[in-house]
Amino acid sequence: MKIRKFKKQLISYLFILPAFLILTIFVFIPVIASFFLSFTEYDGISPPKLVGFKNYINILFNDKLFWKAVFNTIYYVIFTVPLGIACSLVVAMALFQKIKFSTFFRTGFFLPTVTSVAAISVVWRWIYAGDRYGLLNYVLTKLGILAVLQDWLMQPSTTLPAIILMSIWGGIGYNTIILLAGLQSIPDSVFEAAKIDGATSWERFWYIILPMLKPVMIFLVIMSTINSFQVFEQVYIMASTTEYFGGVLYSALTIVPYLYERAFKRFMLGYASALAYLLFAIIFVITLIYMKISKFYEQ
Amino acid sequence: MNNNKKRCNYKKLFNNTLLYIFLCLGFLIMVFPFFWMLISSIKPREELLSYPPKFYTLRPTFEYYKQLFTLVPMYRYLFNSLVVAITVTLTNLLLSSMAGYAFAKHKFYGNKLLFTIILGSMMVPWQVNIIPSFIIVKKLGWLNSFYGLIIPAMVNAFGIFLMRQIISTIPDELIDAAHIDGCSEFYIFWKIILPLSKSGLATLAIFTFMSQWNNFVWPLIIIHKSDMRTVPLSLAVLNSQFGNNFGLLMAGSTVAIVPMLLAFVFLQRYFVKGIVFTGLKE
Repeated sequence: MKIRKFKKQLISYLFILPAFLILTIFVFIPVIASFFLSFTEYDGISPPKLVGFKNYINILFNDKLFWKAVFNTIYYVIFTVPLGIACSLVVAMALFQKIKFSTFFRTGFFLPTVTSVAAISVVWRWIYAGDRYGLLNYVLTKLGILAVLQDWLMQPSTTLPAIILMSIWGGIGYNTIILLAGLQSIPDSVFEAAKIDGATSWERFWYIILPMLKPVMIFLVIMSTINSFQVFEQVYIMASTTEYFGGVLYSALTIVPYLYERAFKRFMLGYASALAYLLFAIIFVITLIYMKISKFYEQ
Repeated sequence: MNNNKKRCNYKKLFNNTLLYIFLCLGFLIMVFPFFWMLISSIKPREELLSYPPKFYTLRPTFEYYKQLFTLVPMYRYLFNSLVVAITVTLTNLLLSSMAGYAFAKHKFYGNKLLFTIILGSMMVPWQVNIIPSFIIVKKLGWLNSFYGLIIPAMVNAFGIFLMRQIISTIPDELIDAAHIDGCSEFYIFWKIILPLSKSGLATLAIFTFMSQWNNFVWPLIIIHKSDMRTVPLSLAVLNSQFGNNFGLLMAGSTVAIVPMLLAFVFLQRYFVKGIVFTGLKE
């Protein structure tokens, strides 16, 4: 009997083994390894040299570029997350109405979700092109909003806003899908009761729909904050050339592109690991804060 | 009363008109970049840089596509991307459902703990493990190879989690009955579990294929030889080498984007299901 039980357990382990092996080698070990690497100096060739907290101290106290990247990232997050979710909420509410051609509209709004961010960034480089045939310049001058042609991705002051605009556009699909799922899970009886009580559509939105969407909204805020902190491809494609990386004067350098540059252009692997753990810490703390806030509101 | 009703109707009509205007405008903003990409990739050179920009062309040309496929080995890149995306999708389906089955239906020592570890690893941002992963792949001699592109991506925590949730909904009685009939675990997995989790598998397949096709960072880090590039990576290289040849870049973007767009239009249901699932974890 015992042998049979043992054999049964063995089969269970066999089912898990291949997946667990891959995850161990390429996820679990690396997570721990990069923690140790963050206390070393390592160029990938000569063996890592233990330096204690030197990397962390240098990053936090001597690295102006890191703080520039942190500042840019926060700037990016502060605009992308609330604006992105607000736009998506409006879109989701519109798509939630009984409308004709709803599949057609939905497909349009969801399209950017499935496309490669790298390719989309190349397309937006063309839209942001600095001459008068650049689409954005053309449209804005035609509408009379713009008097002088802008080279959106070459000017320090407009590079990051341009990337933010594109990221909001690209994120609407995902957010809307999640919000629509949330809206659909609200029972019909709630809407009917509100209608009978004579609530206006604004009241219905503000006092019924929004509170019922709260768990979904909190999830979205957390997820898009985490994702925005990790913005990389947009910066790599739209704000980097052979001459500069992360925008002219580092105007669009965010944390992950900076990490990439340290790790894979300069091969400061220990230093970059410390950056990675700092990013992890930032994300972790933000997640905790959100969770605390959502718990607080639930009570 | 009648008057009131009429006013109400007018108001409704007004609201509806506003709604449709909003939806059409929004739709235009969402879709226009794709249209602009397509049209820019087939305009002749003079029209591409004409002012005012033209939103149509009477003389479509495939000049830029020809350039794309002669300047760089684009066929090879498409082949690389396809091989990686298909292989990774198949291994993910198999390995995730195997692990998902054991986690959902088997009682064994450490079930809860191992599953929690896997779930926990989803919280760790990829930047944290990418440097050691790079070092490991380098030590294994897998830089610039299909091994490096495929093996680390063969399975991921999200897939295991998805399949566990799906398989949990299969009634235990079915599995017990099969046991009584003397079926082996592998037979049960292959003949009962897999067929009953088809919708989950479809979602996972589409999701994995999409993320592999679009994957940029990992190839960027481990591929340094031209002929092993994937499509998004080759696009980034074109972008830095021919930054101002926008006709060529738009042709490249079209090649990278259009397959996913078409897949999405036809398989929207599964895409949406997968995305919603990411919102339901915990």
